[in-house]
Amino acid sequence: MPKVAVVAYGHTKFSNEDLKIESVLLRATKNLFDSTPNLEQKDIDSVLVSTNNNSKYLSAILSEMTGIQPKIAHSVESLCNSGTNAIVSAYSYIASGLADVILISGAERYDSPGQILEWDNMRGEFKHPIFWASIFSKAYKREYSISEEDLAIVPVKNHKHAKKNPNAFSQKTISIEDVLNSKKLTEDLRLLDCSRPCTGGASILLTSEEFCKKFCDSPIWITGIGQKTTSASFTKNQGFDKMESTKQAAQMAFQMSNHSSENIDVMEVHDAFSVCEPIALESMGFSESGGGIKMIKESYSSENFKINPRGGLLGTGHPLGATGISQTIEIVQQLQFKAEKRQVETASVGLVHNMSAAATSSTVLVLEN
Amino acid sequence: MNFETELKKGKFLVSECPFCKIIVWPPSDFCNRCLKENSWKECSCEGKILEFSKKENTIFCVAEIEKSLKILGEIISGTPEIGKKIKVVDCGITNNNYFFKMAIIE
Repeated sequence: MPKVAVVAYGHTKFSNEDLKIESVLLRATKNLFDSTPNLEQKDIDSVLVSTNNNSKYLSAILSEMTGIQPKIAHSVESLCNSGTNAIVSAYSYIASGLADVILISGAERYDSPGQILEWDNMRGEFKHPIFWASIFSKAYKREYSISEEDLAIVPVKNHKHAKKNPNAFSQKTISIEDVLNSKKLTEDLRLLDCSRPCTGGASILLTSEEFCKKFCDSPIWITGIGQKTTSASFTKNQGFDKMESTKQAAQMAFQMSNHSSENIDVMEVHDAFSVCEPIALESMGFSESGGGIKMIKESYSSENFKINPRGGLLGTGHPLGATGISQTIEIVQQLQFKAEKRQVETASVGLVHNMSAAATSSTVLVLEN
Repeated sequence: MNFETELKKGKFLVSECPFCKIIVWPPSDFCNRCLKENSWKECSCEGKILEFSKKENTIFCVAEIEKSLKILGEIISGTPEIGKKIKVVDCGITNNNYFFKMAIIE
């Protein structure tokens, strides 16, 4: 299969700014152009936009605002994993020969309609994500004798990492006590267990092998892709202490890239809520069932940035359409040894895990330098 | 028969494929296995608790009904435990949201 590289990226600071969605897309894209020598508008032959915003025709709008006249231009929406879905679409256009240089821009506002899946009436009155997260937390704690205090290590670690990420929403260190004393949303979920909806944008440039060297000396290759959607309804999940779509997506990505969990040097994991991080690690085979928290505690105590160096969703914030792209940018920076204070020591293979709607759909990407 | 029209009246229907002999859930006009037209029947409304949590004074749970479909609803009486039997005693639509109220029956 033809090779596809990530060669450039741009990012806005994640915040609670009241900006039009077009402005967020434009800012992330301007940042990409500003940091990419040799890139001109005429080089880009396709533009994809990733968002849950209700505005229409955003890829054409972004193209006009940035002076691009692309061949392929459309939006991609798949709730929280819209960003990696757009990357997979772009990969496919390049691998098929339909395009060579694709701009993908993801953005969301703090008041995104993508936060609630209105269709899922089987959740009754309990449609807000805090309810599925509470059910997952309760099930996971019971099944593996994990305490609320054990789970609190996840936001503590990720806020610590986010403090070294200038684009992250959170810039403060928090303690286990801070998490346990934060507002109780339900019996099984506190405020600091939750990622924060915010305004933010992230843009990334994918090219074919032929074009990559024009824009970048150290292209990062997408070598594994796995995607699985098991349902749309939260209640269709088979068990609430594991993520079947994540498990299958990881298996596909590992098979395509000829890697396994043992080869991954650094990863961004979709920690929409504290409990998601250990369950995702276990579902992808990084630890045995129930062992995710032990792995996270060891990573924290050894000051290792391997899991969610960017700060994850908990520390960085979660502007849905931008999240998967922001996660991918972090892994690209790590593999280019440009992650500054967040840099892991050895980085040759990285992984992105991005999922939607109570893990009913997952994307896993493997990237290599 | 329309699922939502009946739910508004407090009647809980399920769609069933007469060919595959399965309950199709979420409710749909067509079977998600053979894509033929479903029929509708009244739900027994009985099932068991798979998982539960609590927000302030509201206990919510995932319940498995008729050993096949799962819903998220409120437990309005009894002390919840995994596996305990429940019955949907009230259902309907308010503010465009479905609601399912359950009582523990043992």
